[in-house]
Amino acid sequence: MKIVVCVKQVPDTNEVKIDEKKGTLIREGVPSIINPEDKIAIEEAVRLKEEFGGEVTVISMGPPQAKDALVEAYAMGADKAILLSDKAFAGSDTWATAYTLSQAIKETGQFDLIFCGRQAIDGDTAQVGPQVAENLSIPQITYVKGVDIEDDEIIAKRQLEDGYSVIKTKLPALLTVIDGLNEPRYPSIKRIIDAYNKEDTIQTWTVEDFEVDKDKLGLDASPTQVYDTFVPTRDHEPEILEGDVEEKVEKLIKKLKEEKVV
Amino acid sequence: MLNVIEKKCTGCAVCIDKCPFDALEMKNNIAVVDYNSCTMCGLCVKSCEYDALELNEESSQSKKDNSNYSGVCVIAEQRDNVLMDVSLELVSEGRKLADQLDVKLSAVVLGSDIKDTANELIAHGANQVYLVEDEKLKNYRTGPYTSIITNIINKFKPEIVLLGATHNGRDLGPRISARINTGLTADCTELAIEEKRGILLQTRPAFGGNLMATIVCPDHRPQMSTVRPGVMEKSEPDYSRTGGIKECKFDLDSDEIDSEIVKKSKIINLAPDSSELDLYTEIKEIVKQANKSVNLEKADIIVSGGRGVGKPDGFSTIKELASALNGEVGASRAVVDEGWIEKGHQVGQTGKTVKPKVYIACGISGAIQHRAGMENSDIIIAINTDSEAPIFEVCDYGIVGDLHQIVPLLSEAFQATV
Repeated sequence: MKIVVCVKQVPDTNEVKIDEKKGTLIREGVPSIINPEDKIAIEEAVRLKEEFGGEVTVISMGPPQAKDALVEAYAMGADKAILLSDKAFAGSDTWATAYTLSQAIKETGQFDLIFCGRQAIDGDTAQVGPQVAENLSIPQITYVKGVDIEDDEIIAKRQLEDGYSVIKTKLPALLTVIDGLNEPRYPSIKRIIDAYNKEDTIQTWTVEDFEVDKDKLGLDASPTQVYDTFVPTRDHEPEILEGDVEEKVEKLIKKLKEEKVV
Repeated sequence: MLNVIEKKCTGCAVCIDKCPFDALEMKNNIAVVDYNSCTMCGLCVKSCEYDALELNEESSQSKKDNSNYSGVCVIAEQRDNVLMDVSLELVSEGRKLADQLDVKLSAVVLGSDIKDTANELIAHGANQVYLVEDEKLKNYRTGPYTSIITNIINKFKPEIVLLGATHNGRDLGPRISARINTGLTADCTELAIEEKRGILLQTRPAFGGNLMATIVCPDHRPQMSTVRPGVMEKSEPDYSRTGGIKECKFDLDSDEIDSEIVKKSKIINLAPDSSELDLYTEIKEIVKQANKSVNLEKADIIVSGGRGVGKPDGFSTIKELASALNGEVGASRAVVDEGWIEKGHQVGQTGKTVKPKVYIACGISGAIQHRAGMENSDIIIAINTDSEAPIFEVCDYGIVGDLHQIVPLLSEAFQATV
């Protein structure tokens, strides 16, 4: 079974702080991690490989430092890792990202399954997975929290807001996975050392290394553009109720009665 | 741009029949393109056995003329043939956008028995409703829904397409946007029109809610957004409103998928490529889980607990107050991750977005990711032992103190008044 996993290196958004004066994000000192749901995707791919045999290829698009994410993926058991890194990719929105990833996946040859995390914690769009599936003309199952493979068919549990559905489709297919599907393993120290010692464990591809239409890359080709960013604020003064416990409770109830909500 | 390579064209006219948009005709035994009608769907290119047709996408991207795109279109979602609230919220919001642009608002519904939904959509502001009914469309399926909705979009060319950011909407939206090669902005919490260019300003949280970003899609049409459920205001329905209803038929059984809009004098053929319908993917079952009674989006009052409740049992205090107020129980991500309460209760960027009349945050520090899901509540009450907790920055009324003392007193007091 040939499995491709798409991953993204992201800033740990739990660690992001806000510069209140400038109204901007402080990215300095914020650690970069593999997007948490992408780690679940890697784990699921490696588990299927262990069960059915085959090969796991991890692909990421990003700046040169995203190589760290691929080293970690390799150390978790991926066989190959490819970093798509070129100035031409910079500023890609989800459409251009999905195009670039799809072209790279085509270049790697035949595949049976593609795993993606449902969404990345820095963008939360959940768009790249389905867009890759569309570009490759294969079926998709999103929000997957359970996977079963029988011959050339896949049966997946898909999380819904008020329950789940069970969906069957034919391979090749693309699955986006959510938290709870598995518990990702720790990377093997030996494989981390391997990744750094052996050349070519992590390949880096530029626009010259796979077939791409250069007019479909990066910022210029991206249909969406960022128009503005701002830090969310609430435009009123909070009122802190003082007194002993009983007084505070009394004051609160009085306020709520004034507001006519109770 | 669609090009005809005249040397290769044999005049067989297969492409003429294949074109769903009447954009090809034969002149002197050679296919000629009507560029006003051509949507560059590529069906003719696939049908030509002689490779006499090609799509030159490069020039189509830069020279795209958007002036023939007009109107706002809501892709409404039903489950069990009942419209989801977010669809009515979108129609209400879409009405405002359409009025501002001075264009029509349409809505599209796919399902098996959905005629009743049309009146509801019109009452909330739609001028035109397109219904596609088929037993096979009862439940959402990526393949057929993508093909049918793409066809409707290509035919009627709305400048704005809105979908609910439900699990299904977030599955469908990107698939459509990739097929028609346009931009999509996910999980919008605010929509507006920039007057200068008449383009859609799509505002959404990013970086786990730490930052808001306004996104535009200036050169591609339609401009597509998914919108978070519970964010837009649902308007009061006005059943005296009138609007058009068109039923579209797609024959999902045959290999050559034929489709038409019936009940109108003009029959419009909409022909998705059958290979793209992906009818193979099937839903084996849909399981509703017991916890569906957690209906945070509709609750007027939500009492939420965070780490401050101390232990899984601590939620009983929260639940008592919620029931005294006839409200629902919410929770922060931290306690859901700890397994103290089910995921269905989670409020925040990765949970639900809520805007009740009263939100009572008990023992919740107010991390940005939580605030992103609740700060639009009418009145926010914060109870926390740490006076420096960020929740006090967004609250209307704050009490610095131990929730285990305060919450039971509140429950008692409300039980007496209600």
